[in-house]
Order: sequence, then C-alpha cells, then structure tokens
Amino acid sequence: MSKRIDVSGLTAYYGSHKAIEDISMTVEPRSVTAFIGPSGCGKSTFLRTLNRMHEVTSGGRVEGKVLLDDEDLYGTGVDPVSVRREIGMVFQRPNPFPTMSIFDNVAAGLRLNGSYKKSALSDVVEKSLKGANLWNEVKDRLNKPGSGLSGGQQQRLCIARAIAVEPKVLLMDEPCSALDPISTLAIEDLIGELKERFTIVIVTHNMQQAARVSDRTAFFNLAAVGQPGKLIEIDDTERIFSNPSVQATEDYISGRFG
Amino acid sequence: MSHAATVSDKRPSTLRGASLPKWSPWAIAAGSIVAAVGIGLGAGLDSRVQWGLIAGLLFVFGTYGIAAKVEGRRQAKDRVATSLVWVAFVLAVVPLVSLLWTTIARGVKVLDVYFLTHSMGVVADSEPGGGIYHAIIGSLEQVGLATLIGAPIGILTAIYLVEYGRGGLAKAVTFFVDVMTGIPSIVAGLFILSLMLMFDMQPFGFAGSLALAILMMPVVVRSTEEMLKLVPNELREASLALGVPKWRTILKVVVPTSIGGIITGVMLSIARIAGETAPVLLLVFGNPFINNNPFEGAQASLPLYIYQQYSQSAGSTAAYDRAWAASLTLIAFVMILNMVARGIARWKAPKTGR
Repeated sequence: MSKRIDVSGLTAYYGSHKAIEDISMTVEPRSVTAFIGPSGCGKSTFLRTLNRMHEVTSGGRVEGKVLLDDEDLYGTGVDPVSVRREIGMVFQRPNPFPTMSIFDNVAAGLRLNGSYKKSALSDVVEKSLKGANLWNEVKDRLNKPGSGLSGGQQQRLCIARAIAVEPKVLLMDEPCSALDPISTLAIEDLIGELKERFTIVIVTHNMQQAARVSDRTAFFNLAAVGQPGKLIEIDDTERIFSNPSVQATEDYISGRFG
Repeated sequence: MSHAATVSDKRPSTLRGASLPKWSPWAIAAGSIVAAVGIGLGAGLDSRVQWGLIAGLLFVFGTYGIAAKVEGRRQAKDRVATSLVWVAFVLAVVPLVSLLWTTIARGVKVLDVYFLTHSMGVVADSEPGGGIYHAIIGSLEQVGLATLIGAPIGILTAIYLVEYGRGGLAKAVTFFVDVMTGIPSIVAGLFILSLMLMFDMQPFGFAGSLALAILMMPVVVRSTEEMLKLVPNELREASLALGVPKWRTILKVVVPTSIGGIITGVMLSIARIAGETAPVLLLVFGNPFINNNPFEGAQASLPLYIYQQYSQSAGSTAAYDRAWAASLTLIAFVMILNMVARGIARWKAPKTGR
C-alpha cells in the first residue's frame, strides 16, 4: 500500500529565510530514497515539507507542489492531520511518549486518532512490534514504560509506533545518528524489510548507510552559508556512488569537500 | 608492594598536601559556639541573636585562619565558601524551625477533637472553650470554590500561551498575568467589594472565593506555563506526525507528560491563598456561627479567625491559645496539601523504570 511522491518547484521558508529552493523530484513507491548532503543544506527541512511538519515550526511556509499519487498535499482544503496519517515520520532522537507503556506507545497513533476496534488493538501492536523487529525483546514487558528501553530499542519502538497507523510513506530523519553500530544494523535491516510495504525516504549523514539501504539517492548542497539549499542531483544509488553526473556530488562523496 | 609504597611516600609529593581531618568543621563550629557564649556572657549581651551572629562570624573567620595555616590559602578560601553556605543555611532554617516550634508548642494546648468540631457560636472571645469548626468549613468552601474557578482558567490560559499564543493577544495576556501577579491581596478584595457595593450585597463566602481566585490565577498560569514549556517539542512532533490533531496532542501527550508539575503548581497556589486574610476580612466578614452556605451570609475562615481572636479578645489568654491552635491547623492544612502535591507529582511523573 505504498504511494509515489512527486515534488515540483518546492521552496520552503522559515519566516523570511529561504531554507530550500525550487526542488523537484520523484520518489518511487516501494523503494528507499536517501537524502545526503552537508549540514544545513535543507535535507531535513525538505523531508518535513513532505508530510507538512515543516509548518509546525513557527514561521514555516512552503511554495510549490507535493503530489501524493496525484493529490496535492498543499492543495486548498487539504487537512495536514490527514496528510500525516498517510505519511508517517521517525525522528532523529528516539522520542517515545514518557507517560505511556510500550504497548500504549505503539497503540498511541490509533488510540489518539480514535479510529480503532478495541479487540484489534493488541493484534495491531503485536504486528507493528514484529514489523519493527522488537517483539521478541519486549513481549514480556509490554506494560513497562517505553523510556526504559535502550536507545536502539526506543528507536525501533518509534518505528513500530509510526507503522502501526499503516501510513503509505515513512519518512526517517537521520534515524540512526544517535545509535551504536549494532542498533544501526538492526534498523537498516528493518528498512530493507519495510520497503516491501512502504515508500521510505531517509535522511542520513552516513554515506555508507545511504549506499547500503537506498535504491535512489539525492544529493543536496548549498552555495554558501545563509543561501538556500538546492537539490544537486537524484539518481540510482549505484550511479551516484560510482559515476555521478555532477562534479560536486563526486567531491562530496569522495570526501574532497564538506 | 608495601615496601614500594613506603618508599614512594617518602618522596615529596606535589599532588598531596596537608589537610584538616574530616571532623574539623564540626570542631570549629563547636569551638566558635563556645567562644561566642563566652563572649556573650562576658560582655553582658542578653540577645541570643547577637550570640548567634558572633558564633557565625567566628566560625567563618576561624575556618579561614585554621585552614590557611594548615592547608594553604586556596583550600582556605574553599572552606570559607563552604562555611558561608552553611551559615546562610542555618540563618534561614533557624527562624523556620523556631516558628514551627512556637506554633506547635502554643497550638497543641487547646487543639483537640472538641476544638476542631465546635464553633465560637455561644462562646465570648474572652472566655475559654469554643473551636474552629466554622472557620475550617469556611476556609474549605472558599478556597475550594476559588480553586474551581481559578485553576481551570489558569491552566487553560497557560495552555493557550504555550501552545497557541502568537502575536499581540498572547503578549497582552502575558502582560496582564504579570500585572495580576503583583496585585496586593487587599486590592483584589477591594475590586470585588466595589462590585458587591454596586449590587448592594451583604458579605458572603463566594465573594471571598472570587477575590482568592483572582489572586490564584496568575500563580497557576505562571507555574503551568513553565511546566508545559518543559515538555520536549519532539513529543509534540512525534504525536503530530502520527496524524493526531493538535488539540488531542495537547490533551493526551503534552498535558499528561506535565500533569505532575501542573498539579504541584495548583496545590502551591492553593496553599498561598489559604492564608490570605485581607480579602476575606473585606468580603466574608467573619461569623462566630457555623454557616455551611458560601453563597449567603457571612462566613469565617482560618486566617480571619486567627486575626480576630488576636485583635478582638482584649488580651484574653484563652483567645490567644485558640489563635495559635488555629495557626497550627492552618499550617498543617497547607503542609498536607504540599505533601499531597509531592505525592501526586511523584506518582504521575514520567516513568523511567525498566
């Protein structure tokens, strides 16, 4: 049940500051697309425009179009809340709800949206935790607080929470940057499994990670500090890492810059 | 091994210096107290406060002198800083303990079940007997009603300011909350009194509640605001990203995360208004009889009772005893509230256990 995203001419602002300029790209369904680029180039901002989280920041606004299977997310009358139900998000730092148990954390999306059958809830939780490869580690302590888990487990808990509401697209903002290599590996394996069901977009600073998990890679850059970030190129991951068409991409990937 | 250790100990060490034994601060403190008592007796000072101040000064200077001699100047400064902190702590605690001690010592004389369950209805202020039942009822009703009005308005205002407030309106609200924080309680009382006079009403309990609610609201707003600001933005974003509407995010994620702190703030503001006398004096008037209806007729309240027992009894010991007992009851009431608040805060705090 994954969907395709078509972005055209997208520009995002924080107040009067232009953060990213004129970005157009297509994200294919049932694939992993990685965003790489130096800090401050707007990868995360762009990711947040894809489920209208950008406008949650004060002063955040967007021009341009984001089509989710031909439906414009920024069209008139579109409810950002329903956009976010279609397009889920996993954040940089694991952020389970501290007042809730592991079970409640996973069930949070359904419960807070009010649209669920009580009997189906525990099935959904089990399925989501299995989907996030966390079930075996937590099945005996589902009623314990989620904040008692390790960092890597917490991040998988957040992934379980995100997939429990059955989104069509899953956005991941540097999901492994706060994790150790073993937890990172667990999450990367998980991404490989999840792409069968979801369209996945992942922002990462780790180029090996982009090379390992993604099918397509987009390189972002900015001309200078204070200038808006731009999409330099997007291509199959193999091509980006072996034979990119833009010199700047090759410089960045080979470590000659940034 | 031990041989090597003794050899190395003989070498002059740059890392180790002479140091005072662990008990030395206690010894210096005891010495300075003894010296202060001696000086006080010798010079004929009869104020214990002067003795205490001399002891404090001797302790600070003595610590510096001894430590400078034995350990060096830097360690001496460190010890002086430590002893200053201790002296300040003692200075702060002594009046508190003394207040508590005096209240308990004088209050327990007449504080019994009879005292808590009877009013002053047929007892003249100068006679022994009587009790504070009517004042407890009045205080509970007035403070309870004030909380019912003040706490929801305050909490909702804080939620507006933190979660929604942008631009002019929010700034205006913040400004007025700041102004309200500074309102003297008698002014809040006068404000309600002017309304009462406009409608030609007699004193009644609920009028006092309104004034107390005015005093309570800014405190609740401030404390709740701080608590809500402590909730990490990541939690709000996590909830929004699940497709949860903003109002449900606030209701189910933000407020539960900070509920312990919010309740603590409300309890503390209740403790603050429970001791207010001025608006109650103006608006509730006081009443030696039991009046269970806060919406009609004058009522009593604990702080007002204490004031009246002191001021209207023409020096009768029985009235003074009753005033102290009522003070003790009021302190106990506020302390129980604080303890309940702490309990709730601990119980509701985000759990971290494994």
